[in-house]
Amino acid sequence: MEFDLNETQSLIQKAARDYAQKVILPQAKEIDATEKFPAEILRGLGDLGLLAVNVPGVYGGSEAGVVSYSLAMQEVARACASTAVTMAVTNMVGEVIAQFGTEEQRQKYCPKLASGEYLAGAFGLSEPGAGSDPGGMLTTARLDGDTWVLDGAKQWITSGAYAGVFVVWARTGDKTIHPGGKGLTCFLVEAGTPGLRIGRKEDKMGLRGSNTVALELDGVRVPASALLGELNGGFKIGMMALDGGRIGIASQALGIARAALDESVTYAKDRKAFGKSIGEFQAIQWKLADMRTAIDAAHLLTMRAATLKEAKKPFSREASMAKVFATENAWKICNEAVQIHGGYGYTREFPAERHLRDVRVSMIYEGTSEVQRIVIARSLLSE
Amino acid sequence: MDFELTETQRMIRDTARDFAAKEVAPKAAELDKNERWPAELVAKMGELGFLGIAVPEEYGGAGLDHVSYALAMEEISAACASTGVIMSVNNSLFCDPLVKFGSEKQKKEILTPVARGEKLGCFGLTEPMSGSDAQTMVTVAKKVDGGWVIDGAKNWITNGPHADYIILFAITEKDPTTGKVKHTAFVIPSGTAGFTKNARDHKLGIKAAHSCTVFFENCFVPDDAVVGKVGEGFKVAMATLDGGRIGIASQALGIAKAALEKSVQYAKERKSFGVTIDKHQAIQFMIADMGTELDAARLLTWRAAALKDKAVTDKSVRHSMESAQAKLYASEMSTRVAHKAIQIHGGYGYSTEFPVERNYRDARITELYEGTSEIQRIVIAANLLKG
Repeated sequence: MEFDLNETQSLIQKAARDYAQKVILPQAKEIDATEKFPAEILRGLGDLGLLAVNVPGVYGGSEAGVVSYSLAMQEVARACASTAVTMAVTNMVGEVIAQFGTEEQRQKYCPKLASGEYLAGAFGLSEPGAGSDPGGMLTTARLDGDTWVLDGAKQWITSGAYAGVFVVWARTGDKTIHPGGKGLTCFLVEAGTPGLRIGRKEDKMGLRGSNTVALELDGVRVPASALLGELNGGFKIGMMALDGGRIGIASQALGIARAALDESVTYAKDRKAFGKSIGEFQAIQWKLADMRTAIDAAHLLTMRAATLKEAKKPFSREASMAKVFATENAWKICNEAVQIHGGYGYTREFPAERHLRDVRVSMIYEGTSEVQRIVIARSLLSE
Repeated sequence: MDFELTETQRMIRDTARDFAAKEVAPKAAELDKNERWPAELVAKMGELGFLGIAVPEEYGGAGLDHVSYALAMEEISAACASTGVIMSVNNSLFCDPLVKFGSEKQKKEILTPVARGEKLGCFGLTEPMSGSDAQTMVTVAKKVDGGWVIDGAKNWITNGPHADYIILFAITEKDPTTGKVKHTAFVIPSGTAGFTKNARDHKLGIKAAHSCTVFFENCFVPDDAVVGKVGEGFKVAMATLDGGRIGIASQALGIAKAALEKSVQYAKERKSFGVTIDKHQAIQFMIADMGTELDAARLLTWRAAALKDKAVTDKSVRHSMESAQAKLYASEMSTRVAHKAIQIHGGYGYSTEFPVERNYRDARITELYEGTSEIQRIVIAANLLKG
């Protein structure tokens, strides 16, 4: 058992922290207020190798592993959660292509995602009527000669308006023969492909700097070489992307929670009430102690899932545990941070208010808390 | 980052699990019901090396690390939390301070038989009117020729009725102007003139782990009974509790693990509305949360134990905050998990027919002893707010 980081992990963590604190943090408030997509920052993250942390070096990635990825995500999220989720999705698109793609697909897309040449990558899994249950999706792909034709609509597509390439799931198998998730296939669709239309941008509670759009696929034609993985093998790719994605979102939540705690500690030492700093009251101390304990527990759960994934061992249950625990606790922590800041916490003068808005979605995307509990319970009950 | 157990750690866990399942678990309900001291299990734990797990072999211990200790504690406590705390007191509160602060003579003559399980130890810090605020103790040791004379009382002394030795804390110096006191730790054999014990306590849970109040009246102990340095007793106490908290966190893990396992088993058997209740999300979600929180607590506990292992060779390594976090989270988790276990079992969970009723009562103590949850939060907050 070893709880220390190795040299690579420490280096990545430090590089991410330095960049996040120096470059990202000073812009976070403006990114949120103006819904500015952080394009320049993303290029900077690309330069540092943080857009493809766990992608092999031959495809332009940093090949630094899943623990490093989680640490980098935490540091970026600590500064700006909008930037972090954009970074997370690009990383996962790169990972999925590196793992399931053909050599040609890897060489074509991974370096562009890693370098920031593509500002982002995007996933198209959720639909207006199919979220937690992807087997209910309606988007179809049919073979017409040697091209696939995709029709349907996708929803909640992070970075959709800026992505260079999309991983899109569509039904290819007859529902009666391949029920639920069994008849789904993944396709790589490049931005600008005729028939691929970017819908309106969502007006969200938080993560206002991240771009969230709907997609319309209206007779989108892609060549046979755009098929990712196996025909009717899309569910497996989706689950892998989500399992890995959950480590990313747990890390994002952790980063937001760390920022909320740090700011709360600073404020508690500074702010006075009844003749002393409020940090001297047990009412405040108790909150801080519980916040830190939950952060440490969530961190350890996340690191455990990351080390398992890194060792290529099963990590689905552990990723779900990390995600549900980290996100729900991060939300509580951000709520307590607002409470500690009092009225100031409710204003945009302090970042606590942004954290509470930003963190809320972490309990919803990449599998809701409810889906995580289903995964965990299924695993515990099958032992 | 590496969460894998070593081969030795796995071996001790499996040995403990096997012993717990075969010899401890079948007796747990009876021990609880009759408030019976499990003398035969204590003896067997001694033979297995469980009573001095992290004590060096040259002093009768198993010479293993603190992660191994945490693993064994969890397994024994999963079968019987009373047996678990008897083990924890002997390991963490008695052997550990002697390993760290004891003289060579104390280690040879006292630690060695206690670590082997031939003798049993206990720990006397708390007093009738002094618990969390240990500085307010009134037990006093006066210097006399060749030794010390002790007067005072200590209560909630787990293992007290059966212990052969106690590590006792007393005031040995008081500044006449400021009133500031210094403490000293002593190790004292039972049977010493002036050292008496009253009838044992009756408790909500951990009923088989007997505890009592002990009294010192004009009790003379020789100079070589001092553990560590005169005037540094508080340091000995705090360092001991930092370790003890890992033991209690592990006990809490064991209780929760047992409650979860019983709940999973029950949910797969019990039917309602035409299906086994594990098919209802209401039950699934309780089980998911129990499992997640248990794992979170276990990782916090292992982190503290791994740090304590590092601290053995590297004196700059501290684990006070991490031990406090582990103990705080694991103990509160344990009562939550036991509470849900009863809920899953319904009325049966409230009856003594099923072990979750005992789990619920046993879990409750872990939030109180070796520093209440409130004390753990003070330790953690002080770490966060310092500087």
